[in-house]
This record gives sequence, C-alpha cells and structure tokens, in this order.
Amino acid sequence: MALFRRETQRRVNTLPLVAPSVGVLLIWMIIPLVMTIWFSLQNYNLIVPTIRGFAGLDNYAYLLDDPALWTAMINTLVLVGSVLAITVVFGTLFAVLLNQDFWGVGAARLFIIAPFFVMPTVSALIWKNMLMHPVNGLFAWITRSLGLPPVDWFADVPMLSVIIIVAWQWIPFATLILLTALQSLDEEQKEAARMDGAGPLSMFYFIILPHLGRSITVVIMIETIFLLTIFAEIFVTTSGGPGLATTNLAFFIYIRALLEFDVGGASAGGVIAIILANIVAIFLVRSVARNLDA
Amino acid sequence: MATLTLRNIKKVYGDVEVIQDLSLDIEDREFVVLVGPSGCGKSTLLRMIAGLEEISGGDLSIDDERVNELPPDRRGLAMVFQSYALYPHMTVADNMAFALRLAGVSREERMAKVGEAAKILHLEPLLDRKPRALSGGQRQRVAIGRAIVREPRVFLFDEPLSNLDAALRVQMRIEIARLHNSLDATMIYVTHDQVEAMTMADKIVVMNAGHIEQVGSPLDLYHHPESLFVAGFIGSPKMNFIEAKIASVGGDGTKVALSDGTKVAVPVSGGGMSSGDAVTLGVRPEDLTAVANDQATGGDLAGRVVVAERLGGETFLYTEVLDGQTLNLKGPGAMTYRVNDAIRLRIDGATCHLFRDDGKALPRLARNPMADLDAEPVAPGAAG
Ligand SMILES: Nc1ncnc2c1ncn2[C@@H]1O[C@H](COP(=O)(O)OP(=O)(O)OP(=O)(O)O)[C@@H](O)[C@H]1O
Ligand SMILES: [Mg+2]
Repeated sequence: MALFRRETQRRVNTLPLVAPSVGVLLIWMIIPLVMTIWFSLQNYNLIVPTIRGFAGLDNYAYLLDDPALWTAMINTLVLVGSVLAITVVFGTLFAVLLNQDFWGVGAARLFIIAPFFVMPTVSALIWKNMLMHPVNGLFAWITRSLGLPPVDWFADVPMLSVIIIVAWQWIPFATLILLTALQSLDEEQKEAARMDGAGPLSMFYFIILPHLGRSITVVIMIETIFLLTIFAEIFVTTSGGPGLATTNLAFFIYIRALLEFDVGGASAGGVIAIILANIVAIFLVRSVARNLDA
Repeated sequence: MATLTLRNIKKVYGDVEVIQDLSLDIEDREFVVLVGPSGCGKSTLLRMIAGLEEISGGDLSIDDERVNELPPDRRGLAMVFQSYALYPHMTVADNMAFALRLAGVSREERMAKVGEAAKILHLEPLLDRKPRALSGGQRQRVAIGRAIVREPRVFLFDEPLSNLDAALRVQMRIEIARLHNSLDATMIYVTHDQVEAMTMADKIVVMNAGHIEQVGSPLDLYHHPESLFVAGFIGSPKMNFIEAKIASVGGDGTKVALSDGTKVAVPVSGGGMSSGDAVTLGVRPEDLTAVANDQATGGDLAGRVVVAERLGGETFLYTEVLDGQTLNLKGPGAMTYRVNDAIRLRIDGATCHLFRDDGKALPRLARNPMADLDAEPVAPGAAG
C-alpha cells in the first residue's frame, strides 16, 4: 500500500502520520480502562486476600443494590449542576462588570481571577477553618456580632458548603472566558442597539447574552469534566459526610478502594462513573453542537 | 420633517480638540454629504448628532428643540454603520423589527412595517435568514431597512457603501438616492467617494481638521471653491496647482505670469493684490488641452509626458512642465501620446482659479451658470 495516494488526488493520506500519536493515546487510555473493567469482574478485596477469582457481575449487582451508590450519584449531579449554575450566572455578571471602564478595574480583575490560582486543598482548608468554622470562622463572627446563633456549615448544610467552595474556585474560570468573549463583541453592534432604544437590561438580554451563548457552552463543557471528579474539597472538608451527605461518585470510589480495600467494588464504581460521565457528555455534546451551529 | 441646527459644536478628547466651533444648518429633506480627509472629524460629528458621543460644547437642535442631552433613541434618528452592525443571532426580520419590539409595538404591526420596508428594498425573500447568510449588498440593504422601519426624522450614514464592490456601490447609491426622494427624509451622509458626494448631495460640507472649509451644492464647490483646500479636494483627478506671480490687476480679470513668462488671464477680481504678489494658479485636468505642434501658439506650455493612464474612454496624462512642476491632464480616450513624448499644453484662463498665498481663492467675477443648477432629481424606480 502506498503511503500517499496519487498526486492528482491532492489530499494526502494522513493516517500514517497521525497513527503513532493516536496509538500512544489509545494505549494510554485503553490499558487503565481494560484493567478497571477486569478488576470490576474480580473478587478482589485486600482485607480478605484468600477470596480471589472471577466474580462475574457480582460486584455490579452488589453496588447497584447499595443505596449509597445512588446517593453518591445524585450528590454528584447536584454538585455539578449547582456549581455550573452558580459559576455561569456569577461569571456572566462579573464579566459584564469587569468589561466596564471604572477606576481600579485592573485590580478588580486581578482579585476576581485570583481564586483560580489557589490549590483546591488550600482553598478548602481556608474555607473550612477561617470562614465557615462555627467557632473561629469569619461567618460565625459575623452572625455572632449580629446576635444570631452561628451556623455550623459542614454539619447543618454540608452539600451547600461544598457547592459554595467549589463554585468560588470556578467562578474565575467562567469570568475569564466570558470576559474575553465580551471583549470580542462588536462595539458598533452595541451602538446600533442603543440607537434602537435598548437600555442596559434589553442590551444584556438581546445582544450580550446571545453573543455569550457559545462561550457559556464552552464553560459548561470544560467545567463539567472537572466537576464530575471533585475530590480534594470533599476530602479536606467533610470527608463525604455527615453520613453520605457530600459523598459524590469520586469519593464513593475512594471509600470503596482505600477505606474498605475492595478493589473489585471500587472498579465497578469506576465503570459506573464512566457511564455517568458519558451520559452527561452525550447531552452536553448534543446541546453544544446545536449551540456552536447557531 | 426635520431641520437640524448645529451651533458652535465642540468635541474634545482629553485635551485634544477634535472639532472646534462648528456651525451648520441642515434643511428639511436635505441630503447633506460630509466629506474631508481621513481623521478630520466626520464620524465624530455624525456620532455626536446620533447621540453616541457626548457633545463637549455648543447646541444641537432638531426641529428647534435642543437635544444635546437626549439619549440616542429619543432623538428620532437612525444610523447606518459602515460595518452594518446587524445583530448576528437575529433573522433579517427581527433585525429590522428590533427597535419596534423594544418600543413595545405589537407583533402584527411590527411585521407589517418590516414587510413594507422589505418591499422597498427587495428583501422579502430574505426575511427569515440570518445576516451571516447574506451578501455584502444584502446586508447593507438590511441595515438601511432597519433604519427605515423606525421612520426616523433624520437618517445618518457613515460610509455605508465603502465595503461594497464598485458595481454594487453604484446600484446602492442609486437606491439610496431614490429612497431619499420617496421617503422625503433628511439625510446626512459621510463618504470618501467623490462620485457619491457629487451625485447624491444637495449640499456638500467639506471638513478639514475639525472645522468646515466650505458648504455648498456639488457644482458650487466644483466651480467656486473658496480655498485651495476645497479646490484640491473636490474633483478627480485633483486640480493642478502652478506657482505664479500677479502680472496685472484689472476690472475684467487678473493676469498672472508663470515662471517661464507665460501670461494667463483669469476672470477673478484681484482686489487687494498688486503686481509681483505670489499666487497659485489652479487649473483642473479636464480644462487643460494638449495642442498639436503645428497649432501651437506662444501661450502654450512645453513639457514631457511622464505617465500615461488609459482607461479606454479617457486618458490621464501626467506631464512635466516648467522645470519639474507636474501638470495632470484628462483627455479623450483617443489620445496617442506616449511616455517621454513632447507635449504642448494650453491653459484656458477662463476656467482657472487663483489662490492667495494664505490659501483663500480670489472671487470670480461671474458665477458659473452650472453652479446654480438645482440638483437633478432621481426618478423613483430608477434603480430597477
Ligand atoms: N476616542 C477617541 N479618543 C481620542 N481621539 C479620538 C477618539 N476618537 C476619535 N479621535 C480622533 O478624532 C479625530 C476625528 O476622528 P473621526 O473618526 O471623526 O475621523 P473621520 O473624519 O471619520 O475619519 P475617517 O474618514 O478616517 O473615518 C481623529 O484625529 C481621531 O484620532
Ligand atoms: Mg470615519
């Protein structure tokens, strides 16, 4: 077989050229995937090393029977959904704000972007010990000064607390992407809208928001990929608790694998997580494809 | 129905005065064209009228009502931008109806008005398309349609045709002129294009560095430029300027001598000038004639062809005369001169202009009858 087709055809056969890198990527992806699937079909618990061997779908049956899995799945979706909603809304607002010219806009931009550069563990610790702590925390101090009882965030509203922390980390990302998108909005278009009688609100709704549509989809896509696997924030603050209140799939798998040492069960959880991610991805890709088309 | 009055309008950016003390009256239903070199403040002036730019000083009135502080949408103006500035995510119909929608006009009424405008501009088959799926000329028409739908008192155009190709420009030019007649609207139009300015305008405003050089009808400016600047700006190719000295001043005109001694009598009043004063003689390329050697007389300039541009129907010759001064000549397509040929040029003094060394023109003794001809009306439907 010739590497390159006849010259008259103009189009070079690129397969041999991209094959090496695609091959490496494929191996990179396929080996862990196959191993995960393999382990998920095994009886493999580090605490009881005597029981080994093929388990069939036992791990899955056991998992799907476990209400904790469903709780974790719902928690994952709640966490991803709420953080997406918060970051997109606040990201848009901040982007619009930072796109204005006001005194100190440079500093304001820096401050709003800054959380993105803080390590997840560090920011989680700061939130846990300095802000939300019922005794030492800033929030507790504020409520106390107002004469109100302090809120014990991680005990009373654990999921909300995690959502707040994660959203705080991801708002800068949304802001940054949407701000660059805003800056590409044609100035004459805004002026035309002004001449057509658009006030700030109709300007936002009819001109700015549609212009941002594409970038918002990109933000949602990228954030989803990372939010599905949130771990550090939960590990540092609530350890998935109280009970299972903040256990998402990633943390659930961690519990199975490294607290219960059930490699087989954890792998089965991993496969389920992959399936969930793919379902979300299909929805996303379809809506994105529609949006990018428009 | 709208008259516009600009009184001592000023615009400053920081400490740069972009427009100084500009006054202008625009009559109802007038088609006013703003021309001037790049950066002279045409767009700035238009944007101040539109309300997109703050007016730093002076009064802007529409129909005798001061509107300086009125927001753009309340001034009853519509603007067509150079980049069209259509809303990319809305259909053509929605683009055109946007202002009405914001104004709370009902859907049926909106669609009726859009339909009307679409009919005028031949946009009916395109109403459901997005701007992305339109050609440049169609986008331009949508932008104009968006302006029409609002039934503004005044239309503002900022170089609306400069992104179109030559053929389309001609077509749109005729369409806008026709629109002007059928809508009876006041229009202010910024352009770089000589032909657009000369053919469309009732009144041309020549601007230079933030002030008005001269206001007048196209032929008024062409035949009676008040300054060297206007003379050089109006007309294409540019008017030739030759250094000269006053030879004699009389009641029937002024005689000047060129550097080789050639005398030219120009019918302008030489009041205040005296023999020997330096002046600039202006002669348009179309008023120069090349004479064959055997018909030459003493008053012709001898020179050499440097560049010959043949456009088929006409020929532009760039010639060198009088020790290195360039004279451009516009002649018929059948001229056979080649580069480096010797040529004799005849200057007809009656068509020449004289400018003092401060750039002001010496007034002509008689008005050119063409200058007072009214602008030709364009028949509705001329664009076909
Ligand atoms: N925002 C601004 N800040 C400072 N100077 C400005 C600003 N906008 C315009 N200018 C200056 O004002 C002058 C007039 O600009 P304007 O856009 O009105 O020119 P114009 O006549 O429309 O030119 P063109 O024919 O190239 O469009 C220019 O010298 C420009 O540099
Ligand atoms: Mg301009």
